[in-house]
Amino acid sequence: MSGLPWAALAATSSAMHRFANPTVALRLADRLMPWSASLCAGLFVVGLYYALVASPIDYQQRDTVRIMYVHVPAAWMALGVYAMMATASAVGLVWKHPLADLSAKAAAPIGAGFTLICLVTGALWGQPTWGTWWVWDARLTSVLILFFLYLGYMALWQAYDDPGRAARAAAILALVGVVNLPVIKFSVDWWNTLHQPASVFTLQGPKIDPSMLKPLMLMAGAYLAFFVTVLIYRLKAEILARRASVLRRARAEP
Amino acid sequence: MRAFLAILRRDMAVALAQGAATLLSVAFFVVTITLFPLGVGPDPATLARISSGVLWVAALLSVLLSLDRLFQADHEDGSLEQIGLGPLPLELVVLAKVLAHWLSTGLPLILAAPVLALLLNMPVSGLPVLLLAMALGTPILSLIGAIGAALTLGVRRGGVLLSLIVLPLYIPVLIFGVAAVDASISGLGARPHLLILAAMLAPSLVLAPLAAGASIRLALE
Amino acid sequence: MMVLEARDLACLRGDRVVFEHVGFRLGPGEVLLLEGPNGSGKSSLLRLLAGFLTPLAGRLLWQERDIAEEGEAYRRTIAYVGHLDAVKPMLSVEANLRFWADLHGATGQALERALDFFELAELRELPARLLSAGQRRRLNLSRLLVREARLWLLDEPSVSLDRHSVALLGEAMEAHRAGGGMIVAATHLDLGLAGAARLRLGGETGT
Repeated sequence: MSGLPWAALAATSSAMHRFANPTVALRLADRLMPWSASLCAGLFVVGLYYALVASPIDYQQRDTVRIMYVHVPAAWMALGVYAMMATASAVGLVWKHPLADLSAKAAAPIGAGFTLICLVTGALWGQPTWGTWWVWDARLTSVLILFFLYLGYMALWQAYDDPGRAARAAAILALVGVVNLPVIKFSVDWWNTLHQPASVFTLQGPKIDPSMLKPLMLMAGAYLAFFVTVLIYRLKAEILARRASVLRRARAEP
Repeated sequence: MRAFLAILRRDMAVALAQGAATLLSVAFFVVTITLFPLGVGPDPATLARISSGVLWVAALLSVLLSLDRLFQADHEDGSLEQIGLGPLPLELVVLAKVLAHWLSTGLPLILAAPVLALLLNMPVSGLPVLLLAMALGTPILSLIGAIGAALTLGVRRGGVLLSLIVLPLYIPVLIFGVAAVDASISGLGARPHLLILAAMLAPSLVLAPLAAGASIRLALE
Repeated sequence: MMVLEARDLACLRGDRVVFEHVGFRLGPGEVLLLEGPNGSGKSSLLRLLAGFLTPLAGRLLWQERDIAEEGEAYRRTIAYVGHLDAVKPMLSVEANLRFWADLHGATGQALERALDFFELAELRELPARLLSAGQRRRLNLSRLLVREARLWLLDEPSVSLDRHSVALLGEAMEAHRAGGGMIVAATHLDLGLAGAARLRLGGETGT
């Protein structure tokens, strides 16, 4: 990570300081990565053991209840990643810090992935339980919209040539999409939906049995660690790609 | 206020001068709807059941197709940057242009809707609520559309991207617009659905100009 | 005191620094001509001055205050002519100009004066789509005269104009100066402006 680059570039053009000094970020990323990666692996092993083997079956749903340990944390992450992305977008818009923009950009495909997992596992669970793969109720529809929002966000990043403008356009879209978050969260309370209401994050505390809560929380932790690991990895790639393009341009100029 | 009216007046004059282009979205609305009886068969009961959904989907697509008129032409011929240098904040410029867009697109759709509803065999009892729901819903479509149109200004393959961004955001309008009409036809009372539409219109009136204004500022760089 | 001042400006487009360390000072009645090869940032500088772009570094001051903070007050004092004519082809010449007059709250007299000056009065009823490129450019320029802008920002204003129209433009600029107005222009043609300051862009940046 040393030698070439950022300092030399900065000397060429004092204006480059605006791109901050990402070597600090890169060094931090390298430091963090092994920890979050091993945490992720460990939590997945333990979490999946409890989720698939060491937890009781549901007296109504039988073994299909185990899908929940994959489905529910994915739904939390789908929302959480979007919230993080929108926050980073707002920071990028207000303080014009490129690292915030790049974090949002790096988070989007991961969030889209979690949303897709949530939708697919939901359908797999719905078929044996409700007798249908899909219903157009408020919760399912609003999560589908969330998925499209992720896709639109990523497409908007792609559409602009100028990364600065792409970042701001995408940030505006991300912030507009925030109105969808409370709709998803409260859709099960506002409308009579097939989807069950919240049972973990309620004002009265969790309403499910500890034997089910444990694998759920372990899996949620594993997802979170997975997100952090992949985010760091993608962020690093983004920073390096950005630096490569600046270098390439500097070479092209007289 | 004078500047707001100037923009509104000019956009209306442009829309009128391009009469054909303006009528095109209504024509599209009509043609799309006539496709449904051909596609699902002329059975009156079936048509009546799907009429509200068909009308709303067609209205949604008509508005979507007309969105490129909103800022695109002004961006390409340089008018938008000159307007941006004018005394009116871009947020209000957006509001004026959205109003003109709604008057030249949403309003004709609302006027055409009852006739088409009858052609689709919708019970007459559903018509007042249909008109009311469209009066509340089509401005939301124009407002949300303005965000997408402004975000995709001067972008490659802007049209496809515009659909990808805007259509998901249109889904709530579609759901409650259809639900309102269906509820009134089945005698359940459309009030809650209409109230939700109104509740969506209010924040759109504030949020859309802010977001679209910021996006236009970006496009003018 | 009406003074436009640029201090140590730098401009970024995409990942490229177009120019840096640009500075100048412009008082009433003064003209600044921008020079430099293609891509040296003449248009970018004008767009910075118009407030479309924000400088990467440095400051732009109008009457000792940052133009970004002045906001609408600053926008009211500038008129910008860019590459695009901002003419609606389906509207008549007069309707086109009347819109800009209305937008800026200008009077009907100003509108007549502008039409007369750029010799468009006879074409007023004509739909703008029938205009030649030169006529369209004159319609664009006549926007300068419908209102009282102190600072004109002109990006290649003489494009597609014939010799006579270029003379008209020069006359308009001279009159604007005489009235205490200021002009920043990028142009290849000599518009015959005596005592204009010149700013050369390009060449100093990079290694």
